[in-house]
Amino acid sequence: MVANPMAIVSPAPAVSTERDLRLDLFRGVALWLIFLDHIPENIVSWITIRNYGFSDATEIFIFISGYTAAFVYGRSMRQRGFVLASARILRRAWQIYVAHIFLFTIFMAEIAYVAATFENPLYAEEMKILDFLKQPDVTIFQALLLKFKPVNMDVLPLYIVLLLLFPPALFLLLRRPNLALAASAVVYALTWKFDFNLPAYPNGVWFFNPFAWQLLFVFGAWCAVGGAQRLGGILRSNVVLVIAMAYLLFAFFITLTWHIESLDRFVPRWLADWMYPIDKTNLDVLRFAHFLALAAITVRFVPLHWAGLKSPILQPAIRCGQHSLEIFCLGVFLAFAGQFIIAESSGGPLLQTGISVLGILIMIATANLISWYKSIEGRGPLSRAKPPEAKPREVDLAGGEA
Amino acid sequence: MTLIVAIIASLAFVHGAAAAETAPRCDVPESLLSADVDLTRVAAAIKDHHQLNISVVGSASSALSGPEGARFAYPAQLELALRERLPGNEIKVTAHIQSRQPTADMAASMANIVKDDHPDLVIWQAGTVDALRGVEPDDFRNSLDQGLDAIASGNADAILMNMQYSPRTESMLNVSTYADVMRWVAEQRGILLFDRLAIMHYWSDEGTFDLYAATAGYAMAHRVHECIGRALASQIISAGHFETDKLQTTR
Repeated sequence: MVANPMAIVSPAPAVSTERDLRLDLFRGVALWLIFLDHIPENIVSWITIRNYGFSDATEIFIFISGYTAAFVYGRSMRQRGFVLASARILRRAWQIYVAHIFLFTIFMAEIAYVAATFENPLYAEEMKILDFLKQPDVTIFQALLLKFKPVNMDVLPLYIVLLLLFPPALFLLLRRPNLALAASAVVYALTWKFDFNLPAYPNGVWFFNPFAWQLLFVFGAWCAVGGAQRLGGILRSNVVLVIAMAYLLFAFFITLTWHIESLDRFVPRWLADWMYPIDKTNLDVLRFAHFLALAAITVRFVPLHWAGLKSPILQPAIRCGQHSLEIFCLGVFLAFAGQFIIAESSGGPLLQTGISVLGILIMIATANLISWYKSIEGRGPLSRAKPPEAKPREVDLAGGEA
Repeated sequence: MTLIVAIIASLAFVHGAAAAETAPRCDVPESLLSADVDLTRVAAAIKDHHQLNISVVGSASSALSGPEGARFAYPAQLELALRERLPGNEIKVTAHIQSRQPTADMAASMANIVKDDHPDLVIWQAGTVDALRGVEPDDFRNSLDQGLDAIASGNADAILMNMQYSPRTESMLNVSTYADVMRWVAEQRGILLFDRLAIMHYWSDEGTFDLYAATAGYAMAHRVHECIGRALASQIISAGHFETDKLQTTR
């Protein structure tokens, strides 16, 4: 072990060294749901959780990303010091940036194609969205600065900013986890009070406000550095279970009124006035609470050593969750491609279902391929049988990444 | 004998098909045409003065380019439909359409429009330009409130109209955030929303129109606007609670 003056020698907070497969499972599922939700006009997206409550797969993804980031880089920071761990976090941010720009290129290709082939006087106004193609000098620079973000390309820039700010947060989390969480909550509150956000191009602000969404990321990280154990007692209490269930039911009913207009009159005026709009940009408290309720119930009914986690049925989702960056990018690309095919062929529900299933199969196959690559390079889950002292590899513990 | 029956039947079928072609069938289910708010000013204008003065304020998706675009666009089609369905009343629809006009600009000019037109009803189409420019949803909401205040102080009823359903640009242009804001503002203020987005979506699902189709021709655009004009007329008539038969006999 490299001695580093900044490394934490003791006391190390209680952190389990075993990777929690539930995280991979639910992150994998979240990646599938994000893919389904990103295809507009997809009948299959009716099964995704955003139609049954306030929060959606983005919350799951960001929370688990925070958790795994703290898990992986927390170990690294404790063993090898602040500088090395930070360097690795920043390298990860760079990888995500490159992935984002790659996706942007594909998106531009699609847009340019639509601009060249689609014409309809009915949509003269909507087609002005393609005007940015006329000034690529501005647009591409703005995209490189992460200010110009086409629809559905907001999550990775959020992730990049969260990782850039993560080293000091992790430093504090490892020493005074509760203080770090409190600081995060304060930033969140100030963001609501003073409307902090990052600017976007051509105007407006980021769709996912990093200063608000950091709360979920830091909360995930806090759980990873021992917070989860501290919450254990609360999570086992029946009162919490009842409250969580009641809240999920409430959210389900409210969501139902969005889809079935006749139910709207059952929502009292004062409640609607207080509740709406439920702000996704700034991670509305109602959304955050909905995620907490979902998480509380999930943790309760899916224990860490649940036998199902070993069952072959769930392995595809776990695999996808273990290679989240690659699979996320692939999902965004597949959503573009799928949407493109549906639009080109004016496709109906059958085609939408086919594309949804095929997309998820491609994601699974790719995840397996990545695992295979890592195993032949000797740093993946399939090579776990090797003696542990062969090489320190805290990053790819159980094949996972932050 | 059977041959004759078959011929008559097929003739009837062909005739039916031909009739369907001339007038587009574009029914809108009642659930998509909310009329749960009374248009009291509109009702009074028809009842007391047998006239109805409507201003349409909007951006480019409220107009059509091309030869005689104004005659085919939905404001003129609305006027036509209302004249047909409220005979004996003087119907006037004035359109204030400016392309690339964000909601903030329309809100700023709303007071003047209301002052000049003295409308009984303002139909305000908004949201598309704001989505194009990525205007902040909060600012968008404030602009809507400002414009609706101006309409209210001009003693006119208001209907908000949201964006078109445009499947080919859906992956590039996020209108849903702005549609949500409009729905919310309409609900908060107790005014009607003409949910163009949902209605056109319904037509697309039903196969009424192939909104994915790429075409340089105006045929479909004209039919869509005609259908929007008629659907608007239906919403106004049911929210104004006119008994159409009675109106006809009183004159």
